[in-house]
Amino acid sequence: MLDSKDLAKKIKIHALEMTHKANSSHIGTCLSMADILAVLYSEVLNYNPKNPLWDSRDRLVLSKGHGTAILYSVLCEVGFFESKDLDTFCCNDSYFTGHVNSKVPGIEVATGSLGHGLPIACGIALALKKSKSNSRVFTISSDGELDEGSVWESVLFAPHHNLNNLNLVIDYNKIQSFGTIDEVLSLEPLTAKFESFNWSVSEIDGHNHKELIDALSNTPVEKNKPSVIIAHTIKGKGIDFMENKLAWHYKSPNTLELKDAINQVNKS
Amino acid sequence: MRISFIETLTEMAEKDERIWLVCGDLGYSVLEEFANKFPNRYINAGVAEQNMTGLSAGLALEGKIVFTYSIANFPTLRCLEQIRNDICYHNLNVNIVSVGGGFSYGSQGYTHHGIEDIGIMSMLPNMDVIAPADPIETKTLLRKIVEKDGPSYLRLGKAREPVIHQTNIDIDIGKGIKLIEGGDVAIISTGCVLNIALKSAKKLLKKGISSDVISMPSIKPIDKDLILKSSLGKKLVITIEEHRSGGLGTYISSILIESEFRGKFKSINVGENIFKKAGSQDYLNEIHGISESNLCQTVESLIKK
Repeated sequence: MLDSKDLAKKIKIHALEMTHKANSSHIGTCLSMADILAVLYSEVLNYNPKNPLWDSRDRLVLSKGHGTAILYSVLCEVGFFESKDLDTFCCNDSYFTGHVNSKVPGIEVATGSLGHGLPIACGIALALKKSKSNSRVFTISSDGELDEGSVWESVLFAPHHNLNNLNLVIDYNKIQSFGTIDEVLSLEPLTAKFESFNWSVSEIDGHNHKELIDALSNTPVEKNKPSVIIAHTIKGKGIDFMENKLAWHYKSPNTLELKDAINQVNKS
Repeated sequence: MRISFIETLTEMAEKDERIWLVCGDLGYSVLEEFANKFPNRYINAGVAEQNMTGLSAGLALEGKIVFTYSIANFPTLRCLEQIRNDICYHNLNVNIVSVGGGFSYGSQGYTHHGIEDIGIMSMLPNMDVIAPADPIETKTLLRKIVEKDGPSYLRLGKAREPVIHQTNIDIDIGKGIKLIEGGDVAIISTGCVLNIALKSAKKLLKKGISSDVISMPSIKPIDKDLILKSSLGKKLVITIEEHRSGGLGTYISSILIESEFRGKFKSINVGENIFKKAGSQDYLNEIHGISESNLCQTVESLIKK
């Protein structure tokens, strides 16, 4: 198994290449989430790439279903399918659609419309708890996604039902799809909001692997509560011309930009 | 109908631990028996239908057979995208139950009129759509719903619907049932208005017009064979439903237009109206033409032309 930092580099390069080849969007959000996924798949989650539906696996629901390229990349690197499949991203007749597709091995749920993943994760967590399973459920949502009312229905639900096997990771990169969080719908004070909803809250640097490992491995933080990890991240992290730029929610790197970006990842 | 639903579900849940019930804070005096008997398989999700539906999808992903339950449009329109993306896209064993289809909650106002549901739910791939006519159809079809894979929408009346079928019936999803045979007209209904269809047929017979009367609780999949067979040689096929255009009538007309049938067709439905006043179910049906008098007059005038 690769170390988490090496894994993060590899999957960033895959995601950059896939996004370029497919001329698709969302590279900024993929890069903000890369470290979270690298740590989850190298240090935290129990899974079996040869048996994606292994009963005792931990479940990951990507609620921010547009962070596709990076999730497909990490699933590939850890052995769920072959790298040639990544070349079919967004191509005709490919299951590797632009938002995560449950036909891809390792993907639990197809998502794409924001606000769906957390309710589904609540149902999975509830079923696992009733069957006294040790499996944990992780769901990653974006910050803009927290605008959706359906998210808050689940945020009420989870602590009420003591879903301490449920872990929400918020990729808090401060930019949503048509403005910054502060411009569109401010979320602050986000920690206080979740605390008042009876969640256990951790707030970390979402690019610091040690902090990620500590936060993601040591849940539930409080006995009967679901956990939320507010991961402060940077959209486009690691690529100097992409960092904190709204445009990179949409743009696809051209050939020169791709080369530059890969160099930067390799040197990091 | 809701009582026969919950009694049958409770009975089935005694034998099948996979059955769960998730309601949207509604079900007073109906759901208590299930909730008390199976507290580990019952959730009141609160007034939060999107979460109710999403979490039901999550339960179904873990192997459960889930029923969501609320009234009128709440378990359907409020959370339609969850039904489409989480349930239908993944073809999960989640069954949406709406109590109070049509004008069952008529006096409560337009927000509680469930008259677009059949059409909208029928549009969703993998979703079976069932509107039983009476408690017997409800019990029989509920068992079929539990036994099959994939999602269903079960549209029930509210309370005190008359029992129409006097014995157990042989009916399945995708099958209609002929109650009366005749040669001039085929009257096809879905849901509780079967009563109107039956009374109309008897009244028309006294005027020398004989009718097939078919209950079609399964709008999707629909019993195409029975519709085609019944239409053969008929002067008129007429449908009746407590729903707008876009439901039973639309589906049957699209079948007939591609068939050998050369008679007339008419759909009796709610039309485009938004009724802004109170009214009982019977009253609202009457003013929208979903009535014995309108059905009979329409048949007589179309047959005579």
